Amino acid sequence: MTSRWINQVMAGILVNSVYEMKNYPIVLLNTVLSPLSFLILIVFVSRGSLLGVAILGGFIMSMFSNGIALQSDLSHLKNDFKLQDMVVSSPAPAVLYVTGMALSELIYSSPALLVLAVLGGLFVHLGVLRLLVFLSVLIIMFIISITIGFTLATISSDIVQSFAFSRLISTLFSTLPPVYYPITYIPEPYRIIAYLSPTTYAAQLAQSVAGYLTITNLTAELDWSILITVTVVLLIIATRKVRWREV
Amino acid sequence: MIGSLITENLTKVYSDHSGKKALDTINITIPIKGIFALIGRNGAGKTTLVRILATQLMPTSGFASVDGLDIVKDAKYLRNRIACVPQEARPIAWMTPKQTILSYLMWRGYGYGEAKVRAQEALARVGIDQVQDKLNRTLSGGTKRKVLVATALASEADIIFLDEPTTGLDPVSRRDLWNYLLALGKERFTILTTHYLEEAEQLATLIGILDRGKLIGIGSLEELRKMVRYQYSIRMQGDSDVLSSAVGEIARGRDGSVQLLTTEDEAIRLSHKLLELGSRFSMSPVTLDDVFFHVVNKEEMLQTI
Repeated sequence: MTSRWINQVMAGILVNSVYEMKNYPIVLLNTVLSPLSFLILIVFVSRGSLLGVAILGGFIMSMFSNGIALQSDLSHLKNDFKLQDMVVSSPAPAVLYVTGMALSELIYSSPALLVLAVLGGLFVHLGVLRLLVFLSVLIIMFIISITIGFTLATISSDIVQSFAFSRLISTLFSTLPPVYYPITYIPEPYRIIAYLSPTTYAAQLAQSVAGYLTITNLTAELDWSILITVTVVLLIIATRKVRWREV
Repeated sequence: MIGSLITENLTKVYSDHSGKKALDTINITIPIKGIFALIGRNGAGKTTLVRILATQLMPTSGFASVDGLDIVKDAKYLRNRIACVPQEARPIAWMTPKQTILSYLMWRGYGYGEAKVRAQEALARVGIDQVQDKLNRTLSGGTKRKVLVATALASEADIIFLDEPTTGLDPVSRRDLWNYLLALGKERFTILTTHYLEEAEQLATLIGILDRGKLIGIGSLEELRKMVRYQYSIRMQGDSDVLSSAVGEIARGRDGSVQLLTTEDEAIRLSHKLLELGSRFSMSPVTLDDVFFHVVNKEEMLQTI
């Protein structure tokens, strides 16, 4: 049974990343450039002083972008190729379909993650424990973004709606929040807006764990609580709102 | 023993269609054998019925089962036995035919090696193994459809749903695909929808006629023919006193054509008379087209012939 599940997860990975990367190698360049472009911009503007913060931001954005990409990929496959209908009428369970598709986004972003890992190894110094905390932040970001992506994909009925969702999520959660720079760069009265995005809490924790930002233990606990609560709430919404078999 | 496809008062009301019934108390009992074709105009409910039976869509009320498996309660088990090619499905552009089938089989639980072998066999069966490594986006419309048919064929599913598999294809490609569909129907129960009546006539062992969400006829071609009072049809261009005064039902089209549905004896008598007059006409047993127009709407038949 386990090998059957692995095959069902692998199918999603093959379709949504491996075959695409193999048949259209140009996408490899795109996946590298997209999260690195912001990093380069911030490093130039800050004259290199925010290099470490921007690298951490690049990781967070790569993880969050996976959800945005999943949303448009699933919508595209569902509405334009009717793939989801074909899979619904097969023994594949919804959870394994989504798991495969979600992991495919990780594979798809692996070139960027690899570049960031090299940069991180050179310019950001984390001990094993701090690295594990940072990885936990990234995993939570991944789960949050994937959950948002899958929920929106199942309710979007065409590609125009799907693009609208993508742009909205991208602006709200990746462009506006202080991910590539510390929140202290935002004037006090406007910080409350940044705190509407879960990526802000993730960036704050990552910057703190790497020593780029000093926060109290209480703030760190609050950041974790908010991230975990958002993850649980989104998972509940996803399981209730998601449409596998339509009604 | 051959199982059955059964629907009892199956009804579907879409929440966004102001209470209009997409399917209205559908009752079907047929053996799961051969090809069952669902015919009807656009919006008749064909796709809705297929999507409900293929466990993609929940019915609003009523019951349906396939070989004893309830489509709602036993969906998990039924999905092991079905494969569906939805309406407007296309093979994914950035993949090859082999990758398309291989990945689908892996979703069904096959290991990579076995899926690869089955994919190659299925592609060979529909005669497109020579393009197995070309990108789907470079294939012709007919070949793309064959890829999808091969996808269903490659699976172990013994019940196949094909929603308008030949729509949009040129006549040659369509007839080419028929051969594979006929072969498929011989080994697995196939439910296909079409609005090409000729296709249903050529392929199906049983035909269901849907109109405005209602099942208005079901049976073999012979059984459906009996729904029409007269069993022979004479068609000719321009009116004729011979036809006007004959026994039967006459219909006049906007293009000046005339069709008379009549008895066999009367058809033979009229044909002799028309031959004597040197008139050009055609005579044949009633076709599925005749039955369809007759049962769907006699009034519309008069307008559209």
